[in-house]
Amino acid sequence: MANSITSTGHVDHLEKLMPHESIINDEGEHVVLPQHRHHFETAEQQREAGSFGMWLFLLTEIMFFGGLFFAYLLYRNWYYPAFAVASNQLNVPEGAANTAILITSGFFMALGVWAAEVRKKKLLVLMLVFTTIFGVAFLGVKADEYHEKYEKHHIPGASFSTSMFTNPPVNPKTGKPDELPLAPDMAQHTEIFFFLYFAMTGMHAFHMIIGIVLLFWLTWRAHRGEFSSGYVAPIENFGLYWHFVDIVWLFLFPLLYLINRHPIH
Amino acid sequence: MSTPITHTIVNLPDQATARIPKRNYINNEHGLLSWLLTGDHKRIAILYLISITFFFFIGGAFAGLIRLELLTPAPDLVSSDTYNKFFTMHGIIMIFLFLVPSVPATLGNFLIPIMIGAKDLAFPKINLLSWYLYVIGGILTLAALVLGGVDTGWTFTTPLSTHYLNTHVITAATAIFIAGFASIFTGLNFIVTIHRMRAPGMTWFRMPLFVWSNYAASILMVLGTPVLAITLVLVALERLIGIGVFDPTKGGDPLLFQHLFWFYSHPAVYIMILPGMGVISEVISTFSRKRVFGYTAVAFSSVAIALFGFFVWAHHMFIMGVSNYSALVFSLLTMLVAVPSAIKIFNWAFTLQKGSITFETPMLYAFAFIGLFTIGGLTGIFLGSLGMDIHLTETYFIVAHFHYVMVGGMLMAFLAGIHFWWPKMTGRMYPESLSKLSAVTSFIGFNLTFMPQFILGYLGMPRRYHAYPAEYQVLNVLSTAGATVLGVGFMLPLLYLGWSLKYGAIAGNNPWQATGLEWQIQSPPLTENFTEIPIIDYEAYDYEWLEKKQREEVTTVG
Repeated sequence: MANSITSTGHVDHLEKLMPHESIINDEGEHVVLPQHRHHFETAEQQREAGSFGMWLFLLTEIMFFGGLFFAYLLYRNWYYPAFAVASNQLNVPEGAANTAILITSGFFMALGVWAAEVRKKKLLVLMLVFTTIFGVAFLGVKADEYHEKYEKHHIPGASFSTSMFTNPPVNPKTGKPDELPLAPDMAQHTEIFFFLYFAMTGMHAFHMIIGIVLLFWLTWRAHRGEFSSGYVAPIENFGLYWHFVDIVWLFLFPLLYLINRHPIH
Repeated sequence: MSTPITHTIVNLPDQATARIPKRNYINNEHGLLSWLLTGDHKRIAILYLISITFFFFIGGAFAGLIRLELLTPAPDLVSSDTYNKFFTMHGIIMIFLFLVPSVPATLGNFLIPIMIGAKDLAFPKINLLSWYLYVIGGILTLAALVLGGVDTGWTFTTPLSTHYLNTHVITAATAIFIAGFASIFTGLNFIVTIHRMRAPGMTWFRMPLFVWSNYAASILMVLGTPVLAITLVLVALERLIGIGVFDPTKGGDPLLFQHLFWFYSHPAVYIMILPGMGVISEVISTFSRKRVFGYTAVAFSSVAIALFGFFVWAHHMFIMGVSNYSALVFSLLTMLVAVPSAIKIFNWAFTLQKGSITFETPMLYAFAFIGLFTIGGLTGIFLGSLGMDIHLTETYFIVAHFHYVMVGGMLMAFLAGIHFWWPKMTGRMYPESLSKLSAVTSFIGFNLTFMPQFILGYLGMPRRYHAYPAEYQVLNVLSTAGATVLGVGFMLPLLYLGWSLKYGAIAGNNPWQATGLEWQIQSPPLTENFTEIPIIDYEAYDYEWLEKKQREEVTTVG
């Protein structure tokens, strides 16, 4: 399938499929023409190498996020009460909505990979656009959540305030506070929770932003028909990346938002 | 009885008629841009070689300044703050900009595709990107240096680095962050290339041991470096906005920094030494005319070192308040790393046994490696033992220990490799007697520099101070004198290797009569390495195969 290329859109890929040519000059040395400087024997080898490289890159990404997860593990064990009440301040409906949005985005990405494999150009472009839209929607919701943290003075730094945790506000419906107050020293450790929240979701959002930039580029290339002739490696490898970013969120959501959602009273 | 021992395996073509092949990777394209935009792994290796040599001599200059200050007990050359900056810049430059990329990014880049019969690394553009990231990291390091320096030590220890110092910590951390990705991309490229690009017949156990050891080092680069990256991000954030993750007053834990930092930086020691061990395997085999004894054991010992290397990091933290139980476990695991290292040393010794040994320059460096690395490794056992470590850590003993491993081990291996493959990389021989002189000079200078430091440390002289009691002066003077000799030993190769580029003897394809695939092609190689992809039907280090091949060539030509 991958060898029957008819499109003229992707010259350098075509070149990789051609057999090697070398000529011998009049002094008896092998001379290889410069336009045939290609190092993969077959297109299949190239595709496998690309995909393997992407998996290895994702492994480094796991180790990269791993440092943050390790810090989370340590401090959650040390300061569990602070982590539990601070976690209750996160916006679960928005977080849950974002989980659904991101899974939908991943679904369209998977359809996009399929569309590229069956060489449906218009469908591929459409799927990439949907993937982008849901990715941007995720970031929009995330920005709203960050804004809420700003208003509550939950952003670590000079303006951070623990007053909500030492003196929990009274819920007008029940006439009682929703949370038990924390001792001041434990309340101070909510700052570490919020730092980890911003570091982990921020690093995740950063990966989303890079992904969306790549999506624009891939959509443009798909629109030019580069992936409609059997050459689908960039779409496949980007799909791996995008799903990886989804999976990171699937860990972040329960670890950050759902630490202790049982009502205290 | 007294037959002169003048035999050598060097076999050069007739200098009257020999010439450098008309087409090769060096003259395939011309102009600076053809180098700066190249995808050729050999050209990128040369770019790396030039840049790491540049940084090696900058780092070396700082070492010289440190030794000059320590010539006298009184702090008379520089202030203590400046001295702190000296050893910090020495450490950062030597570790992140020289030792980590030294063998993999130069010799590995050049040789791994050729050794496995491929035309290039799997991702040439990412390979070039890796070099650019390295250069950006290097420029930022120089910027930190010019703007006023860093004085955290190369370990960026918190809370010193986050709360107490007003120097260019963030610039230096950014530099290392970026240079780290250069290393990740090199490792990623190697792993994919070794898995996917081997020529037909090149099975895993026919690969040269150099490839195995670089493969093991690549695993460490790919898995360890990202952890360093995120740790440096946290240090920078802690410094910039005071997030509290490493700040005890806010509930953070400075030990968390130590765990994350050493999770990379201990494996980094093996990133630095493993590729060097690969060089030694090639050199020892070639100059004893024997297959490496226990090939499989040596190959697996590289992977074992990489694996164990991830589980020993806390031995850097024995005196930092980790629990007794974890200290015991990490001490035991540290002893385990000695096993695969010893496997290598013993197997090299058995390779030499009854071999037809000749003493060309690479072999001299290899002998230096075996002796010095063994001393460095055994003193590592001292430091891995809990009781001894409490006495010896943070003294000159530890400085001497890791210089025996890093300089005595890795730098000697790097020089062995550079001399060994110089004819392949440039097509010309280096001057043999001068290079032997420089190998011997380095060996003497090295021991004179660092042997006294073992004694100094054992007597209790702490590291990282620019003044010391007068009774330590004799040993310090010896050490500084040794450093001068060592400096000469390292300057010489720079001069004569440069000279040999134009005036060296034409090397021919296989001056050492070695069996590796790289020696079966022209020197310097073609841009695409092989005119046709070779089919490998012989084991690594099979000298009988080589003899047979050469006999056949003679009959064919004749």
